[in-house]
Amino acid sequence: MAEPLTNRQRLQIPPTPMAEQSPQERRRNIREVPLGYTPEQAMAEAQRCLMCKNPPCVAGCPVSVDIPGFIRLVAEGKFHEAAVKIKETNCLPAVCGRVCPQEDQCQVVCMVAKAQKDTAKSLQIGKLERFVADWDMANHPDADYPAVASSGHKVAIVGAGPAGLTCAGDLLAMGHHVTMYEALHRAGGVLVYGIPEFRLPKAIVDREVETLVQRGLHLELNVAVGKSKGVQDLFDEGFEAVFVATGAGLPMFKKIPGENLLGVYSANEYLTRANLMDAYGFPERSDTPILRGKHVVVFGGGNVAMDSARTALRLGAETSTILYRRSEVEMPARIEEIHHAQQEGVEFRLLQDSIEILGDENSWVTGVKCLRMELGEPDASGRRRPVPVPGSEFVIPADVVVVAIGNGPNPLVPRSTPQIQTNKWGNITADKETGKTTMKGVWAGGDIVLGAATVILAMGEGRKAAKSIHEYLATGTW
Amino acid sequence: MAKVLINEPIAPDVFRMVVEAPDVTRYRKAGQFVIVRPAAGRERIPLTIADADPKAGTITLIYQVVGRTTAEMSLIEAGAQLNDIAGPLGQPTHIEKVGTVVMVGGGIGVAPSHPIAQAMKAAGNRVITIMGARRKDLVIMEPEMRAASDEVIVMTDDGSCGEKGFVTDALKRLLDGGVKVDLVVAIGPPIMMKMVSLLTKGYGVHTLVSLNTIMVDGTGMCGGCRVTVGGETRFVCVDGPEFDGHLVDFDEMMRRQRTYVTAEKASYDAFKAQHACRLEKAAKEAHHG
Repeated sequence: MAEPLTNRQRLQIPPTPMAEQSPQERRRNIREVPLGYTPEQAMAEAQRCLMCKNPPCVAGCPVSVDIPGFIRLVAEGKFHEAAVKIKETNCLPAVCGRVCPQEDQCQVVCMVAKAQKDTAKSLQIGKLERFVADWDMANHPDADYPAVASSGHKVAIVGAGPAGLTCAGDLLAMGHHVTMYEALHRAGGVLVYGIPEFRLPKAIVDREVETLVQRGLHLELNVAVGKSKGVQDLFDEGFEAVFVATGAGLPMFKKIPGENLLGVYSANEYLTRANLMDAYGFPERSDTPILRGKHVVVFGGGNVAMDSARTALRLGAETSTILYRRSEVEMPARIEEIHHAQQEGVEFRLLQDSIEILGDENSWVTGVKCLRMELGEPDASGRRRPVPVPGSEFVIPADVVVVAIGNGPNPLVPRSTPQIQTNKWGNITADKETGKTTMKGVWAGGDIVLGAATVILAMGEGRKAAKSIHEYLATGTW
Repeated sequence: MAKVLINEPIAPDVFRMVVEAPDVTRYRKAGQFVIVRPAAGRERIPLTIADADPKAGTITLIYQVVGRTTAEMSLIEAGAQLNDIAGPLGQPTHIEKVGTVVMVGGGIGVAPSHPIAQAMKAAGNRVITIMGARRKDLVIMEPEMRAASDEVIVMTDDGSCGEKGFVTDALKRLLDGGVKVDLVVAIGPPIMMKMVSLLTKGYGVHTLVSLNTIMVDGTGMCGGCRVTVGGETRFVCVDGPEFDGHLVDFDEMMRRQRTYVTAEKASYDAFKAQHACRLEKAAKEAHHG
C-alpha cells in the first residue's frame, strides 16, 4: 500500500473540477447543470483534505457535519460509510451538497484554502457531499434506519420545507409520531416550488420525503395551517407540540408604477409556475401556462433573481437581463450562480434601477424605465448605498418582468394566532437556543424566524427545535 | 385524494360536484374557497364552496367548463378521485345583523352567494336575492336560493325566466322603491360586479364583491391574484376574496384576467379535438337534464 501523502503533497493537488453541461447546451434544457464526480474524481479530491485536528470546516457548518470524518472514508473508497457518517447530522445531504453556500461556510475556513490564500482552492466539500449522497442513493436505495420504540407523543409540523423535514427526521428517530402539514400538493417547500430543476432535481427531494414517510412520517398535503385550520385546532386534535416552519413565502414588490401590468410576475409566481406546476411542459404535460417572454428583465441580485433569469432562457427567451442597483460585489447571489448565469448568456445591468414598468394600450409590458446609479456611503446593511445619477433615465425593452427583490415571512400562522409574537417585519419571535415561541407548546424555525436565509440554516433550526421538543415531551416542562 | 360522489351537469357547461372533504367541511365558513387540482399535471383552480354537509363530510362545488382543466374535471365519474383539494382558504365573510341584505348573483356567481345568504339569514337579516342569467337554462340553484332568502327576483337577458333585464335593473328598482338596503353582496362576472358597485355607490350602500382572479397556490405566495383596492395592492387569496366594491379597480382586474387567454384557448382546443365524443356526451346529458 502506498505511503500516506504528506501535507505538502496534498497541497500540490489542484481542486478537482466537476463536469458540467456546456452553457450552450444547458441554457435550453432544464436538466441539472453540474454532472457529478466519478468515484475516481471523488477519491482524488478527498486526498486534498489535511485532516485537521480541530477542523474549522465543522465549526463553519450549521449542522456540524463531521467533514474530515466523511472525507477520510471517501478517500478510502468507503462511500456508503461516508454517507452514514454525513447522515448522523445532516438528513438531506443530496440537497445540501447542491444548494449550500459552502464558500461562505465550510469552505471559506478550510485550511487548504488558507494555506494557499485562495478560497477557490479550498477542498471541494460540497461537491464531495453531493457525490456521496448520490452514490448512496443509487447503490443503497433502501436506507435502513434502526427501529425505534414509540414514545406515544404526537407532534405536528407545519410546512414541509427544509426546516420541517429536518425536524421531522430527528423527531422520528426519537420515536415520536409526526404529522406534517403542507399547504401545497407536494412536499419540499422552497426545494420544489422555488429552486429550479436545473439546480436541484425534484426527484431528489421526492426521494428524501419518501424516506421520511417510510420511517413513519404522516404527511398531510393540501392543508394550509392558519387558514384551513388553526394552530389551536391542532392541539384540540391531540397534538402536544407544534413546530411552525412556514418559510418566507410572501412576495415583495417594488411599489413602482406598472407592477400590475400583464407580464409582471413575482419571482415566486414565475418559479412556482415553472417548477411546481411544470409550465415548461405546457400544454402537453402540464396545463399551467407561463408567459414565454422574448425579452425578460429580472429585478434583483440574489439567488432567486439568478434562478429566474436562467429559467427565462430555458423558456426560450432571446434575452434575459438582471437589473441590479448595486455592483457585482454587493450581489447577494452565490458566485457560482452568478457565473453560471453569465456563462449562459444572462445580461447583467449593474448599478441600474427600475423606476417604472411601461405598457401598451392593452396593458401588456413593453419596457422598463431605468435610472443609472452610483455607490455612495455604506448603509445599515454595510453595503454601499446606491444613489441615482440625476438625468440618467433610459428605457430597455421587455415583455416579461420578474420582481425578485425578496420575500417576507408567510403571514398565515402569525395572523391567525395572536398568541405567537412576531417582530416588526412579521417574523415569529423564537428563542435562539430552543426555537420556542411565546405560545406554550409551539416552536418555530427556518425562514419564518430568520427571514429569507438558506436551506442549511433552516435545517439547523429544525434540528434545534426537535431537540427542545423532545425535552419538553420527556419532562413536560416548558 | 378526495372521493367524488356526484358530478352532474346542471346547466350548459355548468356542473355540480359533491366531494368528500371532511376537514374542509369542518372548518369552512361562508365566503371561503378551495383550490382543486383534479389530476396530476392539471392546473390548481380556485372554486368557491357552494354548500357543505357536515354530517356527510361533503362539500358542493359548482364550476363552469371554461378550459382544459375544468373540461377534464367534468369528465370525472362518481366514485373516482380528485387528486388534490386544499382548503378552506381565504377570509370568511363578515357575518352580522345589519338589517336588509341584498345578494346579487350573476351566472355561476349564484353558487358562492348561497352559503353567504344562508349565514346572513341565520344572523337575523332580511335577505333579498337577485339572481341573473343570460337565459332560462343558465339559471342555477333557484330552489336553494329561495330557501335561503326572504325574497328572490330572477332576471334574464331575454326574459325567458323571471323578468327581462339585468340584475342592476332590479337592484335600482329596489333602491328607488324605498327599501332600506343596508348591505349588497355582489358575486358574478367582473363586469356585473363593477356595474353593481357603480350603482350602489350613487346610493351610498356598502357593497361587498367576491373576486375570482388568477391564482396558483391560493395561500399568499405567488401574488398572481393581486388587485388594486383603494390604491393598495391586495392579494385576493389571503386578503379576500371579498372586498369593498366601491374601492376595487375592476378595469385593471379585468385586464389582468386576460393574461393567459391565448395560451389557454390553444390548450383547450387541442383537448376538445382529442376528446370530442366524451365532451359531446356530457353536453347532451346537460341538455336533457
